[in-house]
Formats: sequence, structure tokens, C-alpha cells
Amino acid sequence: MAEIVSATISIAFHGAAFAMVLYLISVGLSVTMGLMGFVNLAHGVFAAAGGYIMTTLFNNYGVPFPVAVAIAAVAVGVASIVLERGLYRRFYGGDELDQVLMTIALVFMSIAAAKYIWGSEQAPMHPPPYLAGHVAIAGREFPTYRVFVIAAGAVLVTLLWLGLDRTRLGAKIRAAVDNRRMAQSVGINTSGLFSFTFALGTGLAALGGALGAEILPIYPSYSLENLIYFLIVVSVGGLGTIRGPFFAALLLGVADTAFKYLLPDFGSFFIYALTMVILLLRPRGLFGQIGRA
Amino acid sequence: MSDTPLVSLASRETALPAAVRLLARRHRPRWYEALPWLCGIAGYFLFPDYLSLGAQVFIAILFALATDLILGYAGVITLGQAAFFGAGAYVCGILSAHGWTEPLSLLVIAGVGAAIVGLLSGFVVLRTSGLTQLMLTLIVAVMLEEAANKATGLTGGANGLQGMVIAPILGVFEFDLFGRVAYVYCLALLFVGWLVIRTIVHSPFGRTLTGIRESEARMHAIGSPVFRRRLTAYVISAAVSGVAGALLAQTTQLVALDTLSFDRSGGVVIMLIVGGLGRLYGAFIGVPIYMILQDRFAQADPANWYFWIGLFLLLIVLFARGGILGLIERGARLAQRKNLNRQDAKTPR
Repeated sequence: MAEIVSATISIAFHGAAFAMVLYLISVGLSVTMGLMGFVNLAHGVFAAAGGYIMTTLFNNYGVPFPVAVAIAAVAVGVASIVLERGLYRRFYGGDELDQVLMTIALVFMSIAAAKYIWGSEQAPMHPPPYLAGHVAIAGREFPTYRVFVIAAGAVLVTLLWLGLDRTRLGAKIRAAVDNRRMAQSVGINTSGLFSFTFALGTGLAALGGALGAEILPIYPSYSLENLIYFLIVVSVGGLGTIRGPFFAALLLGVADTAFKYLLPDFGSFFIYALTMVILLLRPRGLFGQIGRA
Repeated sequence: MSDTPLVSLASRETALPAAVRLLARRHRPRWYEALPWLCGIAGYFLFPDYLSLGAQVFIAILFALATDLILGYAGVITLGQAAFFGAGAYVCGILSAHGWTEPLSLLVIAGVGAAIVGLLSGFVVLRTSGLTQLMLTLIVAVMLEEAANKATGLTGGANGLQGMVIAPILGVFEFDLFGRVAYVYCLALLFVGWLVIRTIVHSPFGRTLTGIRESEARMHAIGSPVFRRRLTAYVISAAVSGVAGALLAQTTQLVALDTLSFDRSGGVVIMLIVGGLGRLYGAFIGVPIYMILQDRFAQADPANWYFWIGLFLLLIVLFARGGILGLIERGARLAQRKNLNRQDAKTPR
């Protein structure tokens, strides 16, 4: 009995840490999909970039961990504005296939570039001393770093939700997701809003990639190998929502950890099967409001 | 405007034969359609050292043709077509390792096996759209890949399936070391597959698919059973992909996990884009170019190969939508216009 309880707690804990990382990375994808109707398969590239920048600054230049994470997120967010204005924008409202191909091209090029710059090895990630080791909570030992990831994730999620619900900017974003043309016609600068939201989404992805480097290791084909996870979170959560992906990430994180712990012989098979079943029953995801016909 | 119905009423007698004539005209062979086959036959005599690569190219073309049906004609964006290719390859491989060695019947069984996968997955995939649909096509392929990876007893897992035995084709032609039989065998089957796909895309059914791609809502409005049409196309495409996979298994006598990989699913889409999507002949142009370049460059330096293929793809999407065939079409139209202008200039008004 004690074993079952301990296994359950362990699965819930590690699943939650994984879920936080998944959510931070994927939420931007859901919003860009809902707002711009853009199929962005290159979203993982921004997470990988965040992870690479953070580990490089932290390991090679001795930048303090929180500063390195912040720099990574801001740098990726700002750089993505250039990409959005120069490249993504041309494909808004265009053919879905073109968007898919364009972003796959970006993924391929980023993989080659990452290999060229950082080599094909996994980027080393050792938490700073004050986050290493274990911490005792209610008589149990938990890895400190993962406790930190869950806590940091929870704070960020709360800020994000409050920001979207309570601020004027959040209201504008919600309006534009609901009905872009209407939002435009009441005087909302949707073009600027797109750039800002895109940068916010990629910045969050970079943050997730950097914070999650210990859970989802950073290596050149990161963006391709993990793409399926990000897509599951967004599709199961429902496009254009920010709460949906949170619950989907939680479900995926915990279920993935549980399946790999309990049925290691089947790998990720059941996660994929579960996703198929959910989308068979609810093609628009668990919390989806926006359906693209 | 008001006299339009009258005209159409009066011409109803002739309207039906006109439609039939239109269809018949679409099916009529054109001179340039012989080109790929002439090249294929010439290749046998010109490049005796590259027959194995040639057979692989034919298999990839067949796979690309099948993908074109669902992606180019029916407009379903798929990144998981390898699911069917791999399903066919594994069905063929597993059966032949267990004693069923007759190649032609294996192709049929592999096609049916892949079609079943297509039917089951299409039922879920085609109910969704956009990003979700894309994700589901992807997930079907990774799910099968994971299954093949873990079921080592049946599939050999990451080591690949070995111990395949393939009997001589029709009991006469045994696969040889130089790939001569494989080359001719694959070319012949590609021809059959091409005839099937060509007939389908020019048929009324094929036109419905194009209609659905262009406007789903309108096809609904004119009473076309959109879901069923798409599912049918999906299953046919899966079956042909499965045959292509089985061909690869038979000619290489090995089935590896990469038959189900994203590289294969994504690769076939890129090859089609390079050649030209929804044009039936895009596969014949894009696949050889891609595979010959890959044979030259990718082995030496796979990392840079990814970079160049990415850049190339980006340039095509930005500047050459429609691929190489699209460029040729544009060029032909330009030349035609110039010709007309010249004639205009000559003829006094």
C-alpha cells in the first residue's frame, strides 16, 4: 500500500514538472494558432533556442542562472519579432500547406545550425548549487530543481492568466482571437498585437525550453522530436484557448510519466492512442472554442 | 441572364455527350506522358551501375504519387504518410519471414493491410481539420513506429526485420545482385500504379476531390458526401503507399524502422513540392532530383544536407509555388503570350 502511495506521489510530482515545461512551451503555439490561424511547426525551435542560449550563458560565461534564463527568454522573444515581420507575416491567411512547409524549412535549417554551432551532443545542464540536491516536503524527498520548476511554472501561469483576464492588452488579445475583423474595425491595432503576441509566445517557449532543459534535454533535433508533444498539448487542449492547453499539458505530463513508469515496454504508444481517442470523441479538443472548418 | 435556363434546356440533349467527351478528353494520353517511361527504359541501358538506386527512385515515385492523391488532389495535409508505407513494408516483411514468399500476392496483401490502417486512421484524422488533423496524421505514423520499435519479437525492433525470403517473380525472375530484376519489376509496378492514380484523378471521383480541396463548403452545398469521398481517397492512397513499402521490402530484403519515420513522411511531401503538387507528374520530377542529390550529398554531410533542403524548401514556398512543373507552366504561358503578341503585331488591324 505504502508503495502504491509513494509511486502515485512520484508520478504526480514528475508529471507536474513535465507538464509545466510543456505548457510554457506550448501556450504560445495555441495563441498564435487561434489569433493568426497560423500552423507554426517551428515553435519548438524557439524553445530549443532558449535552452541553448541559457545553457551557454550559464555554463560558459558564468552568468547567474535566473539572469541567463531571463536573457534567453527576452532575446528569443525580440528576435522572433524580426522573423514574424520578415517571414511569418507573408503567410498569414494564406495556404495552410505553405505555412507548414515554411515552418518545416525553418525546423530543418535550425537543426543544421544548432549542430554547426553547438555540436550534436546534448547541451549540458546542471542546476545551480542552490537548486541542486533534494528538499524534504511532508516527510518526502523531492529534487529541488523540479520543485522550483513547478513553483516557477505556477507563478508564470497565474501571471499569464491574470494578465489576459484583467489587463486592457489581454482584453484586446481575447477580442482578436474571438473575431479578428470585428476587433480590427473597433480600432484595435491587430498587426501590432500579432507581433506582440507572437513575441510573448516565443519568449514563453524560450523560457520553457530554458527552465525545462533538465527535464526535456536540449539537443539539435529537439524541435522535431518534441513537436508531437507540443502539438498534442495544443490539439487536445483546444486551439485558441490558454486554459485548455494547461489541463492538456497536465494530463499529458502525468499520463506520459505514468505510462513510462508502469508500462515501460510500450514506450509512448499509449499516449498516442489516448490522444487519438480523445480527438475521436472531441475533434476540437477538450476546451476548444475555435474550429477551423 | 434570364435566357440562360432556356439555352441550357435546349442544349440538354447535347450537354451530356459534351460532358462525356470532356471526361474522355482528360483520359486521352498525351505525348509528354511517354517521357518518364522512355527515361526509365533508357536508364536501364545507360546506367547499369545505378540500377538499385533506380529501383529505389521508382518506389519513391510510386509513394509520392499516392501521397499526391491525398495531399495534392484531396487537399489533406499529411505528415504521416509513412504510416502506410511502413505498414505495407512490415506486412510484406513479416509474412515473407514466416514462409509466404510469393512476391505479387505479398504486394496485394501489403496493400490491403495498409488500406485497413488507412481506413481506421482516416476515420479519426478526416473528422478534424487544420493543425489537429496535421497532428493526427503525424501521430498515426509515430504510433506505428513506436509499436514496431517495441514489438521486437515480431518486427526486430530497432535492428530491423531480417530473414526475409522472396521467391522469384512469377516463379521465373530471381532478384539479382545488380538490381536488374528489381529495376524492371519496380518500373513495371510504377507503371501500373501510375495508370491507377491517373485514371482516378481524371475520373468524376477525382474531380470531386479537387472540388473538396478548393471549397469544402461548396461541395457540401451541392450534395457531395465530402467525408466519404475523402475517406475513399485516403484509403486508396494508403493502399498504394503500402504497395510501395512492400516493394521496398522485397527489393532490399529488409524492413527497418525508417520506413515509418518522419524523415520518410516529410521527405515525400518535400519531393512533391519540389516537383509540383497536384499535377500527377510532380512526383516524376521531384523524386529523382531529391534522391539523386541526397545520394550525392547527404551521406557525406547529413547536417548540412538538412540546412540546404530547408533553404531550398523555403525558397520554393516563397518564390516558386507549384514547384518545377509550376515554373515550367508559367514559362510556357509566358512564351505563349509573347507568341500571341508577335502575331498581333504582324496582323494589321
